[in-house]
Amino acid sequence: MKSGSNLERLLEKGEFVVTGELGPPKGPDAEVVKKKAAMLKGNVDAVNITDNQTAIVRMSSIAAAKILLDEGLEPNMQMVARDRNRIAMMSDLFGATAFGIKNMLCLSGDHQSFGNHPEAKNVFDIDSIQMIYMVKTMRDEQKVICGEDIEGEFKMFIGAACNPFADPFWYRLHRLEKKVEAGVDFIQTQCIYDMARFKEFMKQVVDLGLHEKCKILAGITPLKSVGMARYMAANVSGITIPEDTINRLRGAGKGNVANEGIKIACEQMQEMQEMEGIAGVHLMAIEWEHRVAEIMEMAGMLPRPTV
Amino acid sequence: MIVAERKPFSEILSMVENYSKIIVLGCGSCVTICMAGGEEEVKILASQLRLAFKKDKKNVEVEEFMALRQCDDEFMDDPVLIEKVQAADVVISMACGVGVQHATAFFNRVITDSPTRIVPALNTTFMGANIGVGVWEERCVGCGDCVLEKTGGICPVTRCAKSLLNGPCGGSSNGSCEINKDTECAWHLIVERLKALDELDRIKPVEMYKDWRPSHDGGPRKIVREDMRL
Amino acid sequence: MKAFEPKIVAFCCHYCALAAADVAGKMGFQIPSNIRIIRVLCTGKVEVLHILKAFEAGADGVVVIGCKFGECYFKEGNFRAAKKVERVQSLIEEVGLEGERVKFDFVPGPGAKKFAAILSDMTEKVKSMGPNPLGQ
Repeated sequence: MKSGSNLERLLEKGEFVVTGELGPPKGPDAEVVKKKAAMLKGNVDAVNITDNQTAIVRMSSIAAAKILLDEGLEPNMQMVARDRNRIAMMSDLFGATAFGIKNMLCLSGDHQSFGNHPEAKNVFDIDSIQMIYMVKTMRDEQKVICGEDIEGEFKMFIGAACNPFADPFWYRLHRLEKKVEAGVDFIQTQCIYDMARFKEFMKQVVDLGLHEKCKILAGITPLKSVGMARYMAANVSGITIPEDTINRLRGAGKGNVANEGIKIACEQMQEMQEMEGIAGVHLMAIEWEHRVAEIMEMAGMLPRPTV
Repeated sequence: MIVAERKPFSEILSMVENYSKIIVLGCGSCVTICMAGGEEEVKILASQLRLAFKKDKKNVEVEEFMALRQCDDEFMDDPVLIEKVQAADVVISMACGVGVQHATAFFNRVITDSPTRIVPALNTTFMGANIGVGVWEERCVGCGDCVLEKTGGICPVTRCAKSLLNGPCGGSSNGSCEINKDTECAWHLIVERLKALDELDRIKPVEMYKDWRPSHDGGPRKIVREDMRL
Repeated sequence: MKAFEPKIVAFCCHYCALAAADVAGKMGFQIPSNIRIIRVLCTGKVEVLHILKAFEAGADGVVVIGCKFGECYFKEGNFRAAKKVERVQSLIEEVGLEGERVKFDFVPGPGAKKFAAILSDMTEKVKSMGPNPLGQ
């Protein structure tokens, strides 16, 4: 076992996992984290805690992850390359294991110009792929980057992101391969809407056998409105939303669009269960945590398996 | 070359408004090429200063002079220039940050009876190339350990907003960087170039952590050629 | 008290602008005494510094008159001149002079009427702004 986390054990057993996501508050209020945690508890297998997402200052991922642990949930701590150098990263990782945080994701991070402190200097001492390699080295060799031994046992289940449709499109598979080579244990993709195109991508992934070297979770974000769909298609790299989906949302009638969005998401989740190479789903219902239980119920995925 | 831009006039004026003998010293190298501190810019700044001082009815002398380079003693070791600097209350150097500092050190060394005051007229920005008429873009951040051979001649440290060595990130869109549609995604350029060269294998293995020590994180760097020193 | 007669410097290109001046002269138009005409082969030859020096020497206004865009004998000289004038506008605003004291304009072919109008319009405009406080 790499860390013995719930997520790892479920995946090992071959269970179709579901991870959720939680954005910490723009301040120290632990109650906000606890409230969101309560909505997710029992409805997903592990919860991603974002790390100053879009470079907006929020409670740190490690702190929010600890709060989640205390509430009885399993956190996936996220760490971006933007704000910490390797020294701070390794230091935080020691702290994470000390707290009992067993899963983490290695990410590049949105550039600081997107956030509320664009004047800040960024770090980017190491990139996300080097981070994966670093955490793997720490875990499998029990050494820090410079080769010194780690005092005590460091354990971590390593995740990363994949945006299969970002540009340059033909290179995305190579990049996934690189992350696997660096030692990633699980991957969460950017949210998918174009199922046909995603199936093609997964076929190539399976052909290369990558799905056997790491566990791939497909990203799902339920659409709340046509406006949201348009916004995402225009502003998030690689996201295209099929006309069919837009039409379904439009045709849903006033007050019912969000429900239709949830229906579509559930259908997607079911389709993902049948897709070769997909080991689970990463459900990103940002600021919609209160509907996760409902979505999971509708998708027929409750209760969550235990292991 | 080093690329710089002239500061707003009001900022330059505020540095010298209490003086009555000013010399505007230009530089004939990089800042001439990027049209920030060359002969023409010296004349223009001097003209603006004269006009501005007339406003306050001040009797101010504004001299103009050019040095081929301000980052090498030899090009400032001109008795005419030294005399003028000695006579002036303040020198407005239109050189890059290197030139301003070097000129300050030089004149303060050779003029011993009074300290020489030098102020910068430019904001020095980056090392870049002239990519079109009137357009300069950053190309090198001086990381001290060049990787251009591995990336098809495109620098990921400089041109990638995140200095990724295993790029591109998920924000690359249509060949553009996520920070700005007008900024090319360096890694997009790199993978396309390597594909054309049939050298994608160069970036197949994970590129290891960069040693940032040769870069600018430990104070001013220095290179000494012992073979050139007697 | 003598009314303020603005000193206007007019950089005129040899082709359209001076041809216009010529025709205007033949039609009986006299160049007013407050206008100083400086002939240039092409307005593209006018430098930022020339205009600044004119203001330093006491000009109250400067006008650069060239050919219509697309009709410049040297193809892009007038475009370059227009850009330089824009630059001078911000340079003089930086020192506290109104940007409208300098202007680029063009005359079509031998456009005598327009030529005269440019000069009189500029004179009127500068009159309303008052003398150049920063000149000699």
